[in-house]
Amino acid sequence: MNWQAMKSIYVFEMARTRRTLLQSVVSPVLSTSLYFIVFGSAIGSRIQNIEGVSYGSFITPGLIMLSLLTLCISNGSFGIYFPKFTGTIYELLSSPVSMPEILFGYVGAAASKGLLVGVIILLTAHAFVDVRIEHPLMMVTFFVLTAVTFSLLGFIIGIWATNFEQLSLIPSLVIPPLTFLGGCFYSINMLPPLWQTVSHFNPVLYLVSGFRWSFYGISDVNPWISLVIIVVFLLACLGLVKWMFRTGYRLKS
Amino acid sequence: MPQAIISVENLTKTYANGFQALKGINLEIAEGEILALLGPNGAGKTTLISIICGIVTPSGGRVLAGGHDVVRDFRETRALIGLVPQELTTDQFETVWNTVSFSRGLHGKAPNPAHIEKVLRALSLWDKKDFMLRQLSGGMKRRVLIAKALSHEPRVLFLDEPTAGVDVNLRKDMWQVVNRLRESGVTIILTTHYIEEAEEIADRVGVIDGGRLLLVEDKVTLMKKLGSKQLILELAAPIATVPPALAAFNLRLEKEGTALVYDYDGHDQTDRIAPLLQALSGAGIAFRDLSTRQNSLEDIFVSLIGEKA
Repeated sequence: MNWQAMKSIYVFEMARTRRTLLQSVVSPVLSTSLYFIVFGSAIGSRIQNIEGVSYGSFITPGLIMLSLLTLCISNGSFGIYFPKFTGTIYELLSSPVSMPEILFGYVGAAASKGLLVGVIILLTAHAFVDVRIEHPLMMVTFFVLTAVTFSLLGFIIGIWATNFEQLSLIPSLVIPPLTFLGGCFYSINMLPPLWQTVSHFNPVLYLVSGFRWSFYGISDVNPWISLVIIVVFLLACLGLVKWMFRTGYRLKS
Repeated sequence: MPQAIISVENLTKTYANGFQALKGINLEIAEGEILALLGPNGAGKTTLISIICGIVTPSGGRVLAGGHDVVRDFRETRALIGLVPQELTTDQFETVWNTVSFSRGLHGKAPNPAHIEKVLRALSLWDKKDFMLRQLSGGMKRRVLIAKALSHEPRVLFLDEPTAGVDVNLRKDMWQVVNRLRESGVTIILTTHYIEEAEEIADRVGVIDGGRLLLVEDKVTLMKKLGSKQLILELAAPIATVPPALAAFNLRLEKEGTALVYDYDGHDQTDRIAPLLQALSGAGIAFRDLSTRQNSLEDIFVSLIGEKA
């Protein structure tokens, strides 16, 4: 194992976060605070408790997931897309680094950034509403698995994308509807039966529901199914990335 | 020839679009030598280098570096090799120091600020170490790419068209660095389409065109071959035949009897021109102009490429 290389890539990627602190940390915290002010305090005070949980507290896990998914995908995709775009990828390809090591460096850094912001949002939420975590171990499991999986998905998008348009296609057009319709802001039990059925095809529902269960013990779907779904998704992404590495897809001719 | 550090065997490459970039290259590069690969654009120089360095996957044949296969034992081979690419590809928002240190890390070497400092000083980059790359001129960026390639102390250095768009100062600096590296035993392979460059610094010269290696030869041998010179005398009045008095000089009559051409070896120190001129005036032949021509690498190059075309 080329530990030195993995460390170098990881540190290099994390250093970019420091340079873009405003964009990577301050902006998600600000937008989450706005959500809490609008939905938590202003509108939330008129909304009745959901299964015994106040609306502000109810949306906290969903908001963390919302930011986590978006950030991990954008960080994961940008990290590998940028060297492809500038051409500095030549260095990665000509270094004694294996593909899994490249993956660890980039995905590890993207997931770390996502988790960092997730924790900051959790602390921000704590300042506005009551947050309790009933199943801390499961909470951490969901948290980390989601961060890694979606950073991996971002990495795949970054390799696949051949221009900035494609790079932002999935994060801006696919992820927002999935997260907003995935029960970040409501329990799907509030939906008409047809839309409840449709929602069950949305993978994000399982993430949000499982994550919320680890906080308050309430969920739209069985938390173990949530766990299975995320693990399956993780394995699917790993399989895809393995194929990409084996064939040199859009990295190597 | 001493132990080959790079050995290329029947290497072929056909890209996905069907373009055959390499059509069976065989090449041995000795440890410590400077090899210049000459060839026009699209000849296959960059593809050859890219395969050796691991950026492009070969279609057939194999490459050994330090005795290891570059595909199977990529960790061993890539650790040996430093690459300076043709394009000025840099992380615009990184500092010189960080980007050079990053390269060292990627190659699995523990941080060594003293070595990075030495490299930066040698390339006159030390006072720019905290500059972001986007603040640097093109020539400075080229230096940074060289520093990155040297950051991990490679035994083989590939320079892909190192002097494209580079000013005289940098070129001079670069050849100094190259010479110092050679003295320390580093093998250097550079591609160029400037023949003077190959003449100036290489030990051996290879000519590539159309995916084939047309020639690899020791520069001295090559230059000897190239050493033939011609003296061309433009005559005042045309003559029908070369007078017998001049037979010893083996002259050729050209341009419908208006020019005499004398072939001789430029490396030969004997004075032949004065006797020829004396013999000419003795034979009563007047000339209005004279010129000499020396075969250069360029001539060989053009004739090699031309033969093929």
